[in-house]
Amino acid sequence: MQKTIIEVKDLKKDYPVGEMTVHALRKINMEIKEGDFAAIMGTSGSGKSTMLNILGCLDKPTDGTYLLDGVNMADMNKNQLAQLRNSKLGFIFQSYNLLPRTTALENVELPLYYNSKVKSKERRERAMHALEQVGLADRFHHMPNQLSGGQQQRVAIARSLVNDPVVILADEATGNLDTRTSYEIMELFQKLNDEGKTIAFVTHEEDIARFMKRNIVFRDGLIKKEMAVDARHNATQLIAELPAETDIDF
Amino acid sequence: MNYINLTKIAVNALKRNKFRAILTMLGIIIGVGSVIGMLSIGEGSKKNIQDEISSMGSNMIFVMPGSQHRGGVMMGNSNSKSLTLKDVEQLKKSTQYLSRISPQVSTSGQAIKGNKNWPTSIYGVNDEYLEIRKYEIEDGRIFTEQEINSLGKVCLVGKTVVENIFGTSIDPVGQTIRFEGIPLKIIGVLKEKGQNGMGMDQDDLILAPYTTVQRRMLAITHIQAIYASSIDEQSTDQAIEEIETMLRSQHKLKADANDDFEVRSQAEMVQAFTSVSDMLTMLLGAIAGISLLVGGIGIMNIMFVSVTERTKEIGLRMSVGGSGNDILMQFLIEAVILSIFGGIIGIVFGLLVSLVATNALNLPFLIMENAIILSFLVCTAIGVFFGWYPARKAANLNPIDAIRHE
Repeated sequence: MQKTIIEVKDLKKDYPVGEMTVHALRKINMEIKEGDFAAIMGTSGSGKSTMLNILGCLDKPTDGTYLLDGVNMADMNKNQLAQLRNSKLGFIFQSYNLLPRTTALENVELPLYYNSKVKSKERRERAMHALEQVGLADRFHHMPNQLSGGQQQRVAIARSLVNDPVVILADEATGNLDTRTSYEIMELFQKLNDEGKTIAFVTHEEDIARFMKRNIVFRDGLIKKEMAVDARHNATQLIAELPAETDIDF
Repeated sequence: MNYINLTKIAVNALKRNKFRAILTMLGIIIGVGSVIGMLSIGEGSKKNIQDEISSMGSNMIFVMPGSQHRGGVMMGNSNSKSLTLKDVEQLKKSTQYLSRISPQVSTSGQAIKGNKNWPTSIYGVNDEYLEIRKYEIEDGRIFTEQEINSLGKVCLVGKTVVENIFGTSIDPVGQTIRFEGIPLKIIGVLKEKGQNGMGMDQDDLILAPYTTVQRRMLAITHIQAIYASSIDEQSTDQAIEEIETMLRSQHKLKADANDDFEVRSQAEMVQAFTSVSDMLTMLLGAIAGISLLVGGIGIMNIMFVSVTERTKEIGLRMSVGGSGNDILMQFLIEAVILSIFGGIIGIVFGLLVSLVATNALNLPFLIMENAIILSFLVCTAIGVFFGWYPARKAANLNPIDAIRHE
């Protein structure tokens, strides 16, 4: 029996907008188990971003329960939520969000600075290891502006791995990348998932969603359908099939 | 919360914006530098005045005749004959706070020796005068009790008089000079003392027994001033009080009558002369303080800009586990680092400025530990005070909005 990492029950989220109330999430029930690779899909306004904010412990639900790795986040105050994010979650954003003028290694170290149990030597070692995992062992001391978009996103992925989270939350992580680079990033995600990482991936691209094991489709604050992906894409294979790039040699 | 990590984060954040950090510090550097510089120069000039005045005598108190009524008419100070030798004797006998006391009568005229002459002043005093005024004998001796009592025709001369009448080749001791028609045998030469605080040559004088000057030269019965030393610096005020009480009873003044004499102490002179320099120091210090305040506001300004500019960074830090307190502390530490570093550089800068200035103005260079410690504390306080509000703003950002901020 696989461990349940994310368990959401009867979850609601309302936003007051002037006199009216917007029901961003109406009644959500979902589970993500260990080793899962789930796409959270939907058009804009479907509630998928609100869901991600709540899953990421950045926002609290109006009603219902959300258990993250067995911890009920409704009981926690702001500081405890920050600690929860630090110990159990890894974030990846569409626009990478790396600190400028800061080396790849230091960017990856960032989450560990907020964990006082990790000493500086261990911090450095873990950051190096995370960068090796994403294939950037030769880019430790590069600044973000010396890296390509795909490489920057890899640094961001390394940053999300460094604290060994129970789940990685990705928000349109391939949104800013071209097809080939997107596939390369998905190849990395598939590799990490094969190694046992649990991943929740928000996207509106069906093409990208087909790299995952399961798709959860949101619409108007409700889950419209939830299905296993059949004929799942294999990134390594797709990259091989792409037309060869014209290399420019200087 | 881990302050070591937060400090590292803050230092790294500042390193990423070195130029801006230095510009921000500049306000504090100039502020602290000018405070330290101004206070140090002011203190140096005050010390200079104090030194010069204290070189005039040791715990010196002097009594001058004051204005007095004579048949309903107020007489001016210089005409007053209220002080007498009896006063000196009385003070000598019955005061407990005075260690030395000397009458003084003086006149000016030409000192003549052969074909050389020199305009100077002669002071009629007793043997205790030297110690009161911090004169020392270089060669020869002071007059004896017997010479005082017998209106002895002897004198001691200052270096300026020696140079102008004898030059450098002749030993003046044993020679005789004439002053106001009276031949005086030189029994001693005073050690050189230089100019006093007001630019007066303290070596241009002749000292003779007060009896000689009072009776032989001036033919008067009163004296012109009384000089005294209190037993130590602390008892100067008691000594002054004692002198006043004693002279009032000696002069038989009624309870409601004004004093017919004036008592002044060296400490009062120091005060009078340093009050101007004190005021200037305060004024300049206040102006410098304002520039420090402006520097602090500069820090607040930059921190505000920095919070807005780094909204996304703040959102990221929150999403990877930074709490509101972590963010608050990071920005606060950044502000404090800026102000403390600015303060340290400012202190060094201020000391350099005052070192150069005091050298140029020929003043003593003083390092004032208090001002340094104070400005250090003020800098820290400025960092916390002006850093708090922007840091609070950063800490209160909503991570969801911050992370998507463009």
